[in-house]
Amino acid sequence: MTSKHLTAEAGSQLEQVNGHTNPGLPEHKPRVTDSSPLAERITERQIAGWFILSMIGTIGFIVSYFLFDSEPGTYNNLRLQNTAFGITATAALAGIGIGVILWARQLIPDAEVVESRHDIAGSEEDQAVAVEILNQAKEESGIARRPFLRNTLIAAVALAPLPAILVFRDLGPLPGDSLFKTLWGPGVRLCQDPGMVPEEDRYIRAEEVTIGSAFHVIPEKMHESEHPLDEKAKAAVLLMRVDPRELNTDPEKEDWGVDGIVAYSKICTHVGCPVALYEHQTHHLLCPCHQSTFDVTNHCAVIFGPAKRPLPQLPIAVDDEGYLVAQRDFPEPVGPTFWEINMRETSVE
Amino acid sequence: MKLLAERRRHPMALVVLLLVGLLLTGGAYAAFTGTSTANAEEYSASDVEEGEKLFVTNCATCHGMSGEGTENGPGLIGVGAAAVDFQVGTGRMPLQMMGPQAQVKQPQFSEEQTRQMAAYVASLGPGPAVPEDEYLDPSKGDAAAGGGLFRTNCAMCHNVVGAGGALTRGKYAPSLSGVSEKHLYEAMQTGPQNMPIFNDANLTPEQKRDVIAYIKEVTEETPPGGFSLGSLGPVSEGLFIWFFGLAGVIGITMWLSSRSK
Repeated sequence: MTSKHLTAEAGSQLEQVNGHTNPGLPEHKPRVTDSSPLAERITERQIAGWFILSMIGTIGFIVSYFLFDSEPGTYNNLRLQNTAFGITATAALAGIGIGVILWARQLIPDAEVVESRHDIAGSEEDQAVAVEILNQAKEESGIARRPFLRNTLIAAVALAPLPAILVFRDLGPLPGDSLFKTLWGPGVRLCQDPGMVPEEDRYIRAEEVTIGSAFHVIPEKMHESEHPLDEKAKAAVLLMRVDPRELNTDPEKEDWGVDGIVAYSKICTHVGCPVALYEHQTHHLLCPCHQSTFDVTNHCAVIFGPAKRPLPQLPIAVDDEGYLVAQRDFPEPVGPTFWEINMRETSVE
Repeated sequence: MKLLAERRRHPMALVVLLLVGLLLTGGAYAAFTGTSTANAEEYSASDVEEGEKLFVTNCATCHGMSGEGTENGPGLIGVGAAAVDFQVGTGRMPLQMMGPQAQVKQPQFSEEQTRQMAAYVASLGPGPAVPEDEYLDPSKGDAAAGGGLFRTNCAMCHNVVGAGGALTRGKYAPSLSGVSEKHLYEAMQTGPQNMPIFNDANLTPEQKRDVIAYIKEVTEETPPGGFSLGSLGPVSEGLFIWFFGLAGVIGITMWLSSRSK
């Protein structure tokens, strides 16, 4: 069926649109391989060469897999093997790719061919037939005549997604107040962070924290909790001792430190990276992610970067046996702001 | 033995017994608490004397005539021999110029002169001594345990494989590649410039040795994955692929769509 809208030859249709002449297709220029049989043969061999390179690459990959089989625990062979894998796999895949492209460019005929585009809409007869089919289906299924069937079908479809609610519920439970609490509490001893979940706690005595020291601290008995690393992610603390004369202590927080020893949450108040780049002469604490900088001498007030709130301070004291303990949990949730939104509303009221 | 038995009721016996007891316990205490503040290396009086001459000529301008410090340089009383050995031995001191932090350069003094200055500064007040060889041997350390300690205490500034990193206002944590075991130990012990101090309660000498073992392991082994591109992670790797990968993709695309001759 030919479309009645096509009235002109392809290519001439757009002549003189908006004052521009359709330049039409450029003149077809024959390639070297089209005119010279010698060049065609050379090109053929070149392309075959790429395919052979691909074969060599594949075989080389298999050979290097066995050749550089490394002893467990050594890495030097692994490095050679990785390099050989990279080179041979590149040859294997690029050989096929480049060969096929060269074949298409150099040997397969490259004359442009014009194919006319069909109309999107069907003919009127086709449209009438389609409408007829739809009407027939409506009549035969009786969807208009049997409202009881129709309505129960709608109800069944509406109910079907309900099991998804049960399944997605397992993604929970909601965090509840767990983001507001950490393992720190009255009398919880400060322990050294050994870089993993410790099997036994190593408490810290106040006298061990000399001026200029920085201790990475976790709460005691962290390994006994259900998810120790989740707890560590919230409770990680940096402990520093600053000459008390350099500290500008807020009178309300006078007893939060012990003789210049102060403890701050390591979780950045911007997006929660661990802030632990402590400079013991300038008393700057730098966050490595976005360069938020906190001033330890001023209760970790923000002096640079995108963080908005100071790092939460952990009030500490010394217990009867001389070990450093927390007085209570952090005064506010650690990490990025999420809770302040509600606080702001209440403060406006 | 008879002589001893006869004299045991002598009035002076109690005094002698007390003296012997005190000496024994005192000696044992001193022997068992050989901490870092005790000098591992014995310095002679002439070392101290020579060191003082070197100090007065080369250091006193900033650190004061007797190491008490001036507004241009911190006091050195109590920093110990380890700090001198690190700062002078790595060429950081004497300072070439004022700046955000002291730069590493060719050491200005011989090992002997460094030792003499260390002896003088150690005589000003008790401080950490130059570490004993026992704690500097990476083969005795546990690199895996050291890795845990390094990632907790050091990696945030020095990069996870010790490639170094930037700090605030022009300061930086230097690369740990090629730093001698002794200088690594002394840096942990004394906290040069803005680096926090890791005293023996924080990282015991054995743990420091573990950390050294880890640093040596990761800085000296050939990276198994090929070129490490400075071990800077996504920064240098991303930059490489941005320039060379993207340029390659554009080049191939242009070749694909070009007209063949």
